[in-house]
Amino acid sequence: MSGENIFTGLTEEHDGDARWAFGTGFTEALAGVDTTLPAGVDGADLAVYCQMLGDDALVQSQRLVQWVTDAPELEEEVALANIALDLLGQARLLLARAGQADGTGRDEDAFAYHRDPAQFRNVRLTEAPRGDFAHAVATLLVLSSWRLALFTRLADSADPVVAAIAAKGVNELAYHREYAVAWTLRLGDGTPYSHERMAAAIADVWPLTGELLATHPLEAALAAQGVAVDPASVRDEVHDVLTRVLTAATLPAPEAFPRPVVAGRDGEHSEHLAPLLEELQSVAREHPEATW
Amino acid sequence: MVTTTDTRRLLWEAAAAVTDPELPMLTLADLGILREVTVEEDGTAAVWITPTYSGCPAMAEMRVDVDRAVRAAGFDRVEVRTALSPAWTSDWITDEGRRKLTEHGISPPGGAPKRQAGPVPLTLMPTRTVPRCPLCGAADTEELSRFGATSCKSLHRCRSCLEPFEHVKEI
Repeated sequence: MSGENIFTGLTEEHDGDARWAFGTGFTEALAGVDTTLPAGVDGADLAVYCQMLGDDALVQSQRLVQWVTDAPELEEEVALANIALDLLGQARLLLARAGQADGTGRDEDAFAYHRDPAQFRNVRLTEAPRGDFAHAVATLLVLSSWRLALFTRLADSADPVVAAIAAKGVNELAYHREYAVAWTLRLGDGTPYSHERMAAAIADVWPLTGELLATHPLEAALAAQGVAVDPASVRDEVHDVLTRVLTAATLPAPEAFPRPVVAGRDGEHSEHLAPLLEELQSVAREHPEATW
Repeated sequence: MVTTTDTRRLLWEAAAAVTDPELPMLTLADLGILREVTVEEDGTAAVWITPTYSGCPAMAEMRVDVDRAVRAAGFDRVEVRTALSPAWTSDWITDEGRRKLTEHGISPPGGAPKRQAGPVPLTLMPTRTVPRCPLCGAADTEELSRFGATSCKSLHRCRSCLEPFEHVKEI
């Protein structure tokens, strides 16, 4: 690795795709982190679990980025972009961990750019179309409350790398939830029109929440080893948080979560994921030798 | 005679003096992201830094800068490594760092929000300290935006001198 400025790779003469490279070799999110697997844990399973959590963040991040240049206020655009950036950072760490755990040594880019939709493990709520601003708030409220509950427990994971990534993510997710809560209160308890739009957004998001609490067999197996968190175990906490927020926002208290069904975790996605990934992956696939 | 302790101190000082590309008044030591340095038996100078936010794009630049600074201090083999645990919070910013932020018109963070150890967080909106205006010192300020130009900052305005200012978020 050279000690030159990070942009050297862009300005120097290179052949082929390498001219797109930053060329520092410094970009690995987990450089120098101890990669040892905890005793008895199946590396391939851990890798898939990291993809589940990483893909949730990556796909939601990409969806949030669609608000950039298109948000109702500059402040909200900056906020949504910042939240997307935090999630992207969580995705990078988790996908890098996946490549270490399964022994393939694949880097985060291999996971992000060179898998097809059916290989993604994110829950479908993260890929749902953008909708209006109330819809973005509703999605963020549900996802950040759920992910915060998961990550709070994952901070005690038997895998020290996952535990560290989760402990770091907790602070960020709590801040994201605060943002979503503040807007839910403002819109729900605002004008009759904003109330109506916010209530409609919650109703629209709700059918996809059952999947968040569905336990994939791999999650169950890793949870038994203390590596993963069984999503069913956060159901009551998340429902309680959402009930209190929606009630405070003068919105109807939420119904019970719909029946938990595993879908995205098994690669079964809606028609909305493929176009999102096409946008995310197009440049990397056009220049497969490039590094970033 | 150059002792191991001297070499390690030299390495620490070289890495500690590197500045943040987004907050150039702060060194990595001021920010509290330089965690450890070691000169290994084969002569490799190992430096551990920790990310502030998971997605902080300044990390790559900081790694390059640390590598360059440590080489300039006379170490030929350098490895910049990531320390993930314990997670960085704004409480890691040193008093010196806080002083420099204020001096440059950026309000330093108050204490990081305390979260309950248990799995059920009952406080959805922790009360945050209202930052003082770093320009005139007035306590009467308002939040303009919870997020700012970088991950680590929010935007505020002083009701007394009416100047807007940035604040390093408590996290």
